[in-house]
Amino acid sequence: MSEFLLEAAGLTKSYGGATVVNDVSFEIAHGECLGVIGPNGAGKTTTIRMCLGLTAPDHGSIRALGLAMPRDALAIKAQLGVVSQFDSLDPDFSCAENLLVYGRYFGMKDAQIRERIPRLLEFAALAHKADAKPGELSGGMRRRLSLARALVNDPRLLMLDEPTTGLDPQARHLMWERLQLLLQQGKSILLTTHFMDEAERLCSRLLVLDHGKKIAQGRPRDLIGQHLESDVVEVYGNGALQLVESPLKALAARVEVSGETVFCYTQHAKPLLDELAAHPKLRTLHRPANLEDLFLKLTGRQIREEG
Amino acid sequence: MNTIVTVSTPPSAAPSIWRAPDLSFRWWPVFLRNLLVWRKLAIPSLVGNIAEPLMWLVAFGYGMGALVGQVNIGTPTGEQSVPYILFLASGSICMSAMNAASFEALYSAFSRMHVQKTWDGIMNAPVSLDNVVMAEMLWAGFKAMFTVTTILGVMLALNISHSPKLLAAWPVLLGAGITFSCIALIFNALAQGYDFFTYYFTLFLTPMMFLSGVFFPREQLPAALRSFSDWLPLTNAVELVRPMFMDQWPAHPARNALVLVAYTAGAFWVALALTRKRFRA
Repeated sequence: MSEFLLEAAGLTKSYGGATVVNDVSFEIAHGECLGVIGPNGAGKTTTIRMCLGLTAPDHGSIRALGLAMPRDALAIKAQLGVVSQFDSLDPDFSCAENLLVYGRYFGMKDAQIRERIPRLLEFAALAHKADAKPGELSGGMRRRLSLARALVNDPRLLMLDEPTTGLDPQARHLMWERLQLLLQQGKSILLTTHFMDEAERLCSRLLVLDHGKKIAQGRPRDLIGQHLESDVVEVYGNGALQLVESPLKALAARVEVSGETVFCYTQHAKPLLDELAAHPKLRTLHRPANLEDLFLKLTGRQIREEG
Repeated sequence: MNTIVTVSTPPSAAPSIWRAPDLSFRWWPVFLRNLLVWRKLAIPSLVGNIAEPLMWLVAFGYGMGALVGQVNIGTPTGEQSVPYILFLASGSICMSAMNAASFEALYSAFSRMHVQKTWDGIMNAPVSLDNVVMAEMLWAGFKAMFTVTTILGVMLALNISHSPKLLAAWPVLLGAGITFSCIALIFNALAQGYDFFTYYFTLFLTPMMFLSGVFFPREQLPAALRSFSDWLPLTNAVELVRPMFMDQWPAHPARNALVLVAYTAGAFWVALALTRKRFRA
């Protein structure tokens, strides 16, 4: 058996002359969480759709669980769990009925599904909502029900497309907790997300896409170390923008301006902070460089609204 | 930074949208899902199912019937004179099958496909699009059969017909429902919104209602229009079902059935291709 649960090689997909995924390769090892990050329109959802056999790649190949996609799509999907970007829960069914009906799509016997339902609802922290319909649930509850539904067939690999978009911090943390639990149980996860803290927390490895191309791949901490200085000093307030022209600039390895804020990247923040202390009108924030800094460095700060 | 390994593979030829249907019994849980939703709403929908045809029968059958009196129709055993309400009932039940199947395969299927994303959820499980379309087709046929059964019950209760051949009319009406659900699924595959279906109803179904001999004998139509109407699916359904209300067998059952089967197979194939195209994009 291959050491990888899923291997995608040279994936390319065009729609109407526009290449939305361009020669992307990646793999997911057993028990690993691979994060796919990128701005809107980077090709994340198309990549997932190809992995699900919903769209055939123009070039390239996908092997999952020892089978070929899209040829063996149904056999692969029998062992997959999917949470898509938009809820597709049945509004007319209760939580328990949603799980029952979904389990039937996998060819499971009613008795087998019914036996799993209490555990799935408990996992999703929805045991008290078994008879409630999705319309009566909060956004976080609906996402957890979608996750429970994706687990009904006890899948080996989960594909989660932006599972926490639109959730409040409490709901997001609960979702993260559950996903970490699944990773501990040995499940593998492919996750797309816009939240860098989510990617950093959950993903053992990251794939960064932009304009359909792979622009970086690796462990979150390694990527930050490779591409960024260790510290960031953010400077705002009256006169912040003048810093860019002042000798202070030499104390930072790299300076970026975004709106009214100056981002100083440095390996040694202390000399810079000491000098900045002499400017009482400026406000500063000193923090370690994070994945968001990396993401913005790699993909730029301009707004992407085409996605 | 990791090196990017490029594996060159030949372009995988995307399978044609016109390929043969790839069906298995996985349509059954999808059909069952629709049945489970419907079971929750069956009683209120039963009221609508009975009330509407009853209004047609009362308003047209008894009202117009009093003016029209008897209608002459051709049968294998020669010309026969029948009360207008019987003529209308035997035609309008086909219209009810058509409308029930069309509504289900348009508005309801579109809600599941496009609005609720139910189909997307199902296809993340090991159920192919072909089987989902198949399930919707059979489901709309089932809804038509349910509607037709309740109306037949009303007609029996009103003593409009008590022909034993109504038992044979019943599966024919299910078949007609399936024909119209296949045709409607073509338009479902093309729709961008619910408004589109209004065109389908006003430009296709309503004219067909008037050309297929539901309300008046087709002998009243100009010759050219009549030859055209020979090939309409509703005409062929009416020609199969109407004689059975009068305890007779249809004059050209093979021809009528063949036309309906051709429409069913052709429309299912086109609907499937267009739905595949919609989901491939």
